Amino acid sequence: MTSQTIIDPPEDGHFRNGKASNGASPTTLSIHLTINGRDHALDIEPRVTLLDALRERLHLTGTKKGCDQGQCGACTVHVEGERVLACLTLAAQVEGRSITTIEGLADEDGTLHAVQAAFLEQDAFQCGYCTPGQIMSAVACIREGHAGSDEEIREYMAGNLCRCGAYPHIVAAVRQAARELRS
Amino acid sequence: MRDFSYLRADSVEAARNAAALPGAMLLAGGTTLIDLAKCGVAEPATVIDISHIEGLNAIDVTADRAVIGALAKMSHVADNAEVKSHFPAVSEALWQAASAQLRNMATIGGNLMQRTRCPYFRDPQNFPVCNKREPGSGCSAIGGVTRGHAVLGTSEACIATYPGDLAIALVAFDAEVDLGERKLKVEDFFLAPGATAEREHDIRPGEMITAIEIPGSAAARRSTYLKVRDRQSYEFAAASAAVGLELEGDGRTIRDIRVAVGGVATKPWRARAVEEALKGKPLDEASVRKASELVMEGAVDHGANRYKIALAPRVIARAILKLGETA
Repeated sequence: MTSQTIIDPPEDGHFRNGKASNGASPTTLSIHLTINGRDHALDIEPRVTLLDALRERLHLTGTKKGCDQGQCGACTVHVEGERVLACLTLAAQVEGRSITTIEGLADEDGTLHAVQAAFLEQDAFQCGYCTPGQIMSAVACIREGHAGSDEEIREYMAGNLCRCGAYPHIVAAVRQAARELRS
Repeated sequence: MRDFSYLRADSVEAARNAAALPGAMLLAGGTTLIDLAKCGVAEPATVIDISHIEGLNAIDVTADRAVIGALAKMSHVADNAEVKSHFPAVSEALWQAASAQLRNMATIGGNLMQRTRCPYFRDPQNFPVCNKREPGSGCSAIGGVTRGHAVLGTSEACIATYPGDLAIALVAFDAEVDLGERKLKVEDFFLAPGATAEREHDIRPGEMITAIEIPGSAAARRSTYLKVRDRQSYEFAAASAAVGLELEGDGRTIRDIRVAVGGVATKPWRARAVEEALKGKPLDEASVRKASELVMEGAVDHGANRYKIALAPRVIARAILKLGETA
């Protein structure tokens, strides 16, 4: 968005932002998002979530829309290296922050991240819809130091639901990747 | 979700000015506001993004006092070594709440502003009747499915349960919320529904939480948060207890005890009757179980939530006895 901050309410009681507004309808925001190291310029309505911006505008469809209500974890991405839910994050809110999605996890030469490789090796999915969110969550879980035991992995991966019920294999994959990343 | 104007505040003063406008709502972590906007419950005309304000996320803890900035993330407070050491119940209440992703988003100030999870409140399309949303319209929960609803602090207007965990620990240890111009006890910040179910917090237009303060105490240092729920993780409490314990030099007489319960009341609920019954008494299982029953004085159930009346005293007793076992 154009850099504008609030000091005092304007005299007519309506704030303006981005393009001029008559106060009756919300305005379009012009924002820049930094995703997987690349800068993207977007014109969006203020209500657009990071999830919808990624999928519908930037065509980065690896981040999945499951419940769209903050309950399933399918839309997990990293903001400044921390896992968050893209469905409850406004795109405008993360302007200037560094965002990583599942598309940005592997090396540029295609070498998979240790967590991605472990999910393949352990067959940690059936339908695969929750998998990008599981993997993004697992990468952060290990980095946070919350993958010390199966019990801890289950607790700190609880925000990622898998309706196929692949949980035992998911725990095995996180355990394996945590061990590899430690050594 | 209806569209809204978006503005970013770069200072507390700017945010307060904007918050005074009709239809303006503050956005911090977004885990309540964006969720409720999607449900059609929150319809802000203007969203004031306060998440970029500098200097409001400090976590400053000594043995005497914890001061936690309103924008500190739940996950950061939960993992803070000083919080774990001086206020273990606060850390435990935080890491047992929500999921890792939500705790990375949600702020301490926003956590106190969390709304009830009453399914009738959250579904305006199917249940237009709700005193919290439409004062005077009635309560869809009364006579409905009430398994998760409150048994303490209810009224004829509303029986919605306060869903949070952190605030249960805060009221147990006499924490205060800093609103800038005034400070008040967290216990008084939350309002029971009475005849005005739409008012959940003692906060006025143009006010904003800037910090919470928790006084240190021996009971806070020896404390725990026990949360019992339908599944092991990522679930709201069926009943929970924040408990702190200080024993006399003899190692068995109770000098100070703090008890608050969650998941069973319309607001974070301090159980003073339980505390008074145990102060000066020896810590033994029979007295603890008997005293814990006192939390349910005045409880009113609506059928399916009757189990909470039996459950909450057991949760309290288990938490106290667990603390008693730790030296």
